[in-house]
Amino acid sequence: MSIFLDKNSKVIVQGITGAEGSYHAARMHAYGTNVVGGVTPGKGGQRTPQGLPVFDTVSEAVAATGATHSCIFVPPPFAADALYEAHAAGIALAVCITEGVPVHDTLKVVGATAGMRIIGPNCPGLVSPGKALVGIMPGHVFKEGTVGVVSRSGTLTYEVVDLLTRAGFGQSTCVGVGGDPVIGTTFVECLREFKNDPQTQALVLCGEIGGTDEEDVAAFIAEHVADVPVVAFVGGRNAPPGKSLGHAGAIVSGAFGTAQSKIKAFEAAGVPVAGRPSEIPALLASEVARRGRPVPAASF
Amino acid sequence: MNLMEHQGKTLFRDAGIPVPRSHHARTPEEVGSFIDATPGAWVVKAQVLMGGRGKAGKIKLAGDASQGRAVAEEILATPMPPNRQNPHGEPIRSVLVEERLAIAHEAYCAITVDRAARKPVLIVSRFGGMDIEEVAERHPESLAKFYVDTAIGYSPFIGRELAYRAGLDAGYHRAFPAIAGALYDLFFRYGAKLVEINPLALTEDGRVVASDAKVELDDDALHRHPELSEWRGALPLDEDEILATGAGVGIRNFRRFPGNVGTMANGAGLAMATMDAVSNAGGHIANFLDVGGGANAQRVRNCYELVVNNTGATVFFVNIFGGITRGDEVARGIVDAMRQTTSRKIPLVIRLTGTNEAEGRRILAEAGMTPVETMDEGARKAVELAS
Repeated sequence: MSIFLDKNSKVIVQGITGAEGSYHAARMHAYGTNVVGGVTPGKGGQRTPQGLPVFDTVSEAVAATGATHSCIFVPPPFAADALYEAHAAGIALAVCITEGVPVHDTLKVVGATAGMRIIGPNCPGLVSPGKALVGIMPGHVFKEGTVGVVSRSGTLTYEVVDLLTRAGFGQSTCVGVGGDPVIGTTFVECLREFKNDPQTQALVLCGEIGGTDEEDVAAFIAEHVADVPVVAFVGGRNAPPGKSLGHAGAIVSGAFGTAQSKIKAFEAAGVPVAGRPSEIPALLASEVARRGRPVPAASF
Repeated sequence: MNLMEHQGKTLFRDAGIPVPRSHHARTPEEVGSFIDATPGAWVVKAQVLMGGRGKAGKIKLAGDASQGRAVAEEILATPMPPNRQNPHGEPIRSVLVEERLAIAHEAYCAITVDRAARKPVLIVSRFGGMDIEEVAERHPESLAKFYVDTAIGYSPFIGRELAYRAGLDAGYHRAFPAIAGALYDLFFRYGAKLVEINPLALTEDGRVVASDAKVELDDDALHRHPELSEWRGALPLDEDEILATGAGVGIRNFRRFPGNVGTMANGAGLAMATMDAVSNAGGHIANFLDVGGGANAQRVRNCYELVVNNTGATVFFVNIFGGITRGDEVARGIVDAMRQTTSRKIPLVIRLTGTNEAEGRRILAEAGMTPVETMDEGARKAVELAS
């Protein structure tokens, strides 16, 4: 098992003939993801260098391939339209890589696409190691195992996963939920899935300043998954108030969204917070030992 | 992009929200001649983005033209002093001359994006004229919220319900649902992050008027509103944002701090973690910088010069996690960038991982830079070299 994505997921790429779309479609395909085609209006009938069929519309792609997942690489003004199109065509899960989507577009899309899970926008995607990768993550740092990872950023996730893999902790699924103020899938929603995933035996959460997603997930952990070893990290302890740091959503507003508030919430929920990414594997090992639950390292 | 009061009120007026009669003026003379032409009781308000104008003496009454000239001169003479919200203060370039209201009550009304609920939220309180944080602290029971379903939008019952729940004075009840609706329309038309009326005044003669206007627009949605570009040029610019744009990185990707350890990383999360690593190692950061993807020579050079020429950095800590990028290519980019730059030279500490990382580190070491293997080690080295 894993969450959101596995061997059977059939993936299309919206924007597959663009520079980013074609590059990452090739990488996903090379990773072993079941990429079944892509969509670029006006280029239907063509094939990619890997031989993947290109369609004019998502509904055509779904009808021809049975696609269940879509990875969206389109410029910000068109991202909402691409998500609506995916929803109308019956896609079950859409990953929106695009950065710079107007926040009202995301609000409206999230409110009108019930039944379709959206990861992002402004995210690196997700990977169920050994099974499939959808997005722009570097496949080689991941290793199949039992740790579920949720993060708001890209490269920091790779850093943390690399440390986990080197320490012998493989991963079940890693989800980059995205750095925007409003996102389709929150930490809590990921944990609801991880909670029911038999492969996942432990969790690592990488939060950052802004919003209340970390506070919310801390409360969820205390109530629903208190028996699972969890370690958290919170980036941006040195952030100034009122200014976004890189991610549009990474912003401290008055007393809200500070790293301190998030760290406090995790600690109150009994979740140890790493002072730096390099401390995460050791903290996880001691949480696992403390609970007496074996976390087989990459036993799949 | 945050709007000035007079700009916000222009949007309010167009949306049908009652605002006081006013005139936007750049000089004391202009203030004087406006009051000469329209005698009455006026108030002269500095136009700045930061709060705390009243406390700083930047809102003053004027009963006639000569008084208007005098107070405008006084307001424009000195910048807004620094406060907790803005430690740099802010220059004052213009004032708003506005009808003096005889105020009976002050309330609060705002619409913002609730991140957790993923919905627009209307917030109303019977207490206005102070910071909403202060209201939340002192009168939490007075805050009434309504999360709007975007598929339905605003309907007048929402305004009625909020008016009752927030305990607004009965004098507000007739006008409030339409004002809240107009505010909602404006919020959606411009894709705003925040629209706030604080205070929403009830006057002695029973009018409900937006006495102040705060509008925060979404930078990512501005391309849809070219009509606002003129305002953008007139606003005080955020220097860090200008510098970032000049260096070819996103406007949110660069932020300066008072320390001496310059930092750069690829990706916002890693860049934040890099700053934290420097302060964990006892150092003081000079900046936040996310170089973005593809650290080629030109981009690295731009970023190096951005930090060296605009901060107090005495060392530059570069933290690249090469997920897909090749370590040797990044290393060559950094070496080329340092050869090409004409700016002052400071030592570089470079943490580099990725495909061909060992080769990358060899290239860096040969060029006299300090390659390290981990983020923690890099932070320690950089802090050592900075002091």
